[in-house]
Amino acid sequence: MGEWKLINANQAAAHAARLARAAVIPAYPITPQTTVVETIEEFIHEGIMDAEYIRVESEHSAMAAAIGASASGVRTFTATSSQGLLYMGEVVFWAAGSRLPIGMVIVDRAVGPPWNIHTDHQDAMSQRDSGWIQMFVSSAQEALDSVITMYKVAENPEVLLPFMVCIDAFILSHTYMPVNVPDQAEVDSFLPTYRPPHWMLDPDLPVDMGNLVMPMEDYMEMRWSIHTSMEKAKELLNQISREFAERFGRDHGGLVKAVDLEDADVAIVSLGTLSSEAEYALKRIDTAKTGLLKVRMFRPFPREEIIKLLKDKDVVVVLDRSISFGHSGPLAMEVRSALYGIDEAPKVVNFIVGLGGRDVTYKDIVSMVNFAIKVPEDEVFPCYWYGLKDRIRSLRLKGVI
Amino acid sequence: MVLTIKDLMSRERTYLPGSASCPGCGASLAFKLASKVLGRNTVYVVPACCFSVIQGPYPKTCINAPLINIAFAAAAACASGITRAHKITGRKANVVVWAGDGGTVDIGLQALSGAAERNEDMIYVCYDNEAYMNTGIQRSGSTPQKAWTKTTLGGKVQPKKEVPLIVAMHRVPYVATASVGYPMDLVRKFEKASRMEGFRYIHILSPCPPGWGMSSNKTAEMGKLAVDTCFFPLYEIEHGKLRVTVKPRERKPLKNYLLAQSRFRRTLSEADVEELEKEVVKKWNQLLELEKLDRIV
Amino acid sequence: MSESKEVEMVLPISYPSPGAMGKTGIWRVFKPVIDLSKCIKCWQCWLYCPEDTVVMEGDHPKIDYEYCKGCGVCKEVCRAGAISMIREGG
Ligand code: SF4
Ligand code: SF4
Ligand code: SF4
Repeated sequence: MGEWKLINANQAAAHAARLARAAVIPAYPITPQTTVVETIEEFIHEGIMDAEYIRVESEHSAMAAAIGASASGVRTFTATSSQGLLYMGEVVFWAAGSRLPIGMVIVDRAVGPPWNIHTDHQDAMSQRDSGWIQMFVSSAQEALDSVITMYKVAENPEVLLPFMVCIDAFILSHTYMPVNVPDQAEVDSFLPTYRPPHWMLDPDLPVDMGNLVMPMEDYMEMRWSIHTSMEKAKELLNQISREFAERFGRDHGGLVKAVDLEDADVAIVSLGTLSSEAEYALKRIDTAKTGLLKVRMFRPFPREEIIKLLKDKDVVVVLDRSISFGHSGPLAMEVRSALYGIDEAPKVVNFIVGLGGRDVTYKDIVSMVNFAIKVPEDEVFPCYWYGLKDRIRSLRLKGVI
Repeated sequence: MVLTIKDLMSRERTYLPGSASCPGCGASLAFKLASKVLGRNTVYVVPACCFSVIQGPYPKTCINAPLINIAFAAAAACASGITRAHKITGRKANVVVWAGDGGTVDIGLQALSGAAERNEDMIYVCYDNEAYMNTGIQRSGSTPQKAWTKTTLGGKVQPKKEVPLIVAMHRVPYVATASVGYPMDLVRKFEKASRMEGFRYIHILSPCPPGWGMSSNKTAEMGKLAVDTCFFPLYEIEHGKLRVTVKPRERKPLKNYLLAQSRFRRTLSEADVEELEKEVVKKWNQLLELEKLDRIV
Repeated sequence: MSESKEVEMVLPISYPSPGAMGKTGIWRVFKPVIDLSKCIKCWQCWLYCPEDTVVMEGDHPKIDYEYCKGCGVCKEVCRAGAISMIREGG
């Protein structure tokens, strides 16, 4: 079923928004997100998509308009990247605080200055604590399928949280891959029409959304409620992903996807397209039995899966395409905190790689794994910078390999 | 149809008593009047401003209509999302932004301009109390020249930003100024706006007792004097045609208005009053010239 | 959470109610009192009251003291001089 097309992940995401029947799409252009919204424009222009496209004047306005539309009870989609996401940041938090199941694609791009349009995850990581569900994908097909799944999770009455699907700039956004674009009927039967909750902006049942709340009133309870719904989203994502796999015959995994992990001694953990490269690297590592854990869901964080799948490993190699300056990679922080307190917990070695689109090849991954195996447990640095220029490497500084 | 006071009195309340506004709040008076005209079938969008507080705290609200609070800079954008969603759902309702001057002329100007340029179907209302009052009286782009605020201790140097005219230059169907001192003029403008489609903008001078340094009973009087001195002229621009809606038979001396408010009293010399008066007369005459044109845009 | 109970969603949603800020009548320092013998029923007091606390009772105006904040605007706009401001508790 469906139709095979040679498209990139941006176009795949646009197809998904169309198939999900997103009805209001406010967007502002930013490289490399533009082809998402241009493709949607084409769909609307050709009459194959029935949606209101709001060509807003900024990303801040894009998310504000998405909030207005979603609060009026319609399915809403937008896409942005990098500076755009940062500029949008205030209202990104507002969307989650308002409990609106808005869907968004982030085409992950480095943050300036200096200007850099290539991929890393610094933009998405900046919104880690916004209350959005965050998923990273590693192929155009997975981007399409995840955008469809996204609404089913986000709109669940026990979740009601916005959802962002993160795709790596250029590596996915501009690379053409064969993608199966499902039929509308298939998608409709998987993702029913959006049924908004009763507390929407409706003159027949007036509510006031987001007015002032005093410290002794429910502010903290509302935050707790978001946290609880995140937990619910974990359960649901696994379940809905299985359902998707059964219906569409494509299994991208749930919160995580394990590859050759079961009897491995070393595990690579990564997000986005680094996972694809790591998968390719696996067969080329001859120093230890190595498997891969693709982390798809970053928020809510798959703590239980991490513990279950990694606790018996000797070495866990975490590749981060972003950096929490002054500490380590964000993914490594989460993995370490999940494994903390476990008897004979694995050695966790973190590498900062590929910032600003610097290439990370399978050979790099092989050499990082080999380094990680050898580094003595009591000498492990919070993070190692891998792939810096010789000029820096020749200084032989700690934490630079 | 021209609404009378009796008509308004018979209308359902959107603004329920027991709000958090200061006694004599011009913004509340403006909302009471506007919401009587707009009726219950109206969705409101409120950015950060006094009205974020006036609604009252969770879990109650004194606004008996659907309302969404949104970030400071984002009101017109949020309303754009609502009005487009209505196109999808087929709902017919007024979409009204209710924003202060900071959220309109400063931080919200980008979103306002975007929505105006797209001619989004909404009524954007700026209730202008001429400073950031909610945060404790700081200067905004809408603060008049010479007015004291906590960030213009010697009086503001620059003149007030002319946002109604800026909005008019977007060629929107309707722009009007109004004052709570002329309530029936205000009512008539809302009536007219609510019968039109596209982007409509109403800028209401809303006296603010604590911010202006006057007692709470002066709200109506100051709202009226601002117009009678030509300090804040009332006009409307319908499809580009400007019309002054209130022309004082005899312009009152500006000092009657300025010296009744301590925000001016504390900074003004006699020479300043003269200077400002000249400016007011000049701008008033310019307005009368604009009125003679077939269309100003 | 070990058992999956239906948990309550705590939403940032408020519902309309008079007295959102409490009985604002207690804020009053001065109380507007209408002398109905002078009242010409012009309804200017209703028109200008920022709180919508002038109500019609029968054919005459009445003040909702539960919520009237005592701003005195109604007194100022009453051309018949029918409203006086009386100190509360005085
Ligand atoms: S500060 Fe001024 S505008 Fe704000 S509530 Fe008080 S009177 Fe109204
Ligand atoms: S303004 Fe005065 S005269 Fe007019 S209705 Fe009110 S109390 Fe009566
Ligand atoms: S004193 Fe103020 S609040 Fe009370 S009735 Fe008169 S105008 Fe309304």
